[in-house]
Amino acid sequence: MWAFINKLRSPKWFYAISARLQPWFWAAALILIVTGTVWGLAFAPADYQQGNSFRIIYVHVPAAFLAQSIFVSMAIAGLVFMVWKIKVADMAAAMMAPLGAAMTFIALFSGAVWGVPTWGTWWMWDARLTSMLILLFLYLGVIALRGAFTSRDSASRAASVLAMVGVINIPIIKYSVDWWYTLHQPATFSITGRAAMPMEMWAPLLIMVLGFYSFFIALTLMRTRSEILRRESNKRWVRDLAGEER
Amino acid sequence: MMGTEGSLSGEVPVALRGEPGGGLAVAFWATLKRDLVLLLRRRSEVMNPLVFFAIVITLFPIGISPDPQLLTAIAPGLLWVAALLAALLSLDSLFRADYDDGTLEQLLLTPQPLAMLALAKVAVHWLLTGLPLALMAPLLGIMLALPAGSYGVLAISLALGSASLSLIGAIGAALTVGLSRGGVLLSLLVLPLYIPVLIFGAGAVQAAIFGDGVMAHLAILGALLALALILAPLAIAASLRISING
Repeated sequence: MWAFINKLRSPKWFYAISARLQPWFWAAALILIVTGTVWGLAFAPADYQQGNSFRIIYVHVPAAFLAQSIFVSMAIAGLVFMVWKIKVADMAAAMMAPLGAAMTFIALFSGAVWGVPTWGTWWMWDARLTSMLILLFLYLGVIALRGAFTSRDSASRAASVLAMVGVINIPIIKYSVDWWYTLHQPATFSITGRAAMPMEMWAPLLIMVLGFYSFFIALTLMRTRSEILRRESNKRWVRDLAGEER
Repeated sequence: MMGTEGSLSGEVPVALRGEPGGGLAVAFWATLKRDLVLLLRRRSEVMNPLVFFAIVITLFPIGISPDPQLLTAIAPGLLWVAALLAALLSLDSLFRADYDDGTLEQLLLTPQPLAMLALAKVAVHWLLTGLPLALMAPLLGIMLALPAGSYGVLAISLALGSASLSLIGAIGAALTVGLSRGGVLLSLLVLPLYIPVLIFGAGAVQAAIFGDGVMAHLAILGALLALALILAPLAIAASLRISING
């Protein structure tokens, strides 16, 4: 256990191991997303109520899943960084934040686009959309805080603390927004019930979700690798590497 | 407060290496008293959030409509949002002066846990911002045509809720105290975290107007406060350490 953690401390080790893992995740992401997209858009049956407009679910739901998962991963990486001083964890957290914010934005935007055929309006103060919007603000806060510090170490630690505070608050925010929504509920259609989804619609969705996760892991590995090179650019092994490739 | 038993009951705790002695309780009360005295000597700073609160509330009937029926409908939310913003404005100065003159570093060096001393500072912030806002709110409620039965609930919900707001906000204040222009960033970090308190606070007043059960809302506000009281001081202390060392 300790040997493993000590290994993780070394960005060099991470750089080497991620080089081997990265292609697998890129391949999985490519295959799953292409399969899921083609299956979902071309072969899955149209919804009896919403027609073809329901197909936006194949982008909306995976993006919403990732938006939440990335915040949790960011907080875990922050905790790992604060407790064991593993710098790679912080680099990964820094690289995840913009991706998470982008996924939250995609989920919000696809939700708004989906709202036009189903609700007849671009925006509705629906409980899920509202908590997504708050999640976007939380992401922007973490990114802004990291950018505000001049010292990298303070920035890393401050962003880690904020991510952890945020992750404790996310369930509280989610449940209070649900409560608020049930109090003020306007007349709405609910988005297609999850359980009522037939297999032919559900399978491509699962494939898309897995594809999005693979994409997230692959992209984070890639971005973390370049961040390692950037931050460790004065280390010997990085210089050797650069010399080798020159 | 916590840990008061030992020293208040007469038995003087053993002083560390002959320093002027005192346990946690002594340090806590000393910090509380010092901050109270300092703030009470700068009365205008204490008054400013209250005046801000009154002015913002005046803006709404002018900007929207003086129609009492409309005002009654939006009064709970308006009063809560305005009070929340007023409390937010004063947060930036919570640790600022102590950071500038080095007091914060001395607090860091004391043998007592920083979390408890920070809690004393937050308690002062609540006593001189949250509590006066809560006491003043019914007066502004009259101006917004709030029905007679809801003034007590408004004051209690604001008193309970603003304590949570002070605690959560202090995390943001501690994270940004080292930055020269932390003000806007502070609100960016803190406002999304305020949303649950806003939902249940405004919800309590609304429930009082409609004659629904108020206790559920107040109980949840109390639960949020209990949670914040336990977790926030730790986050504040961690954030202060980051801001000072960075």
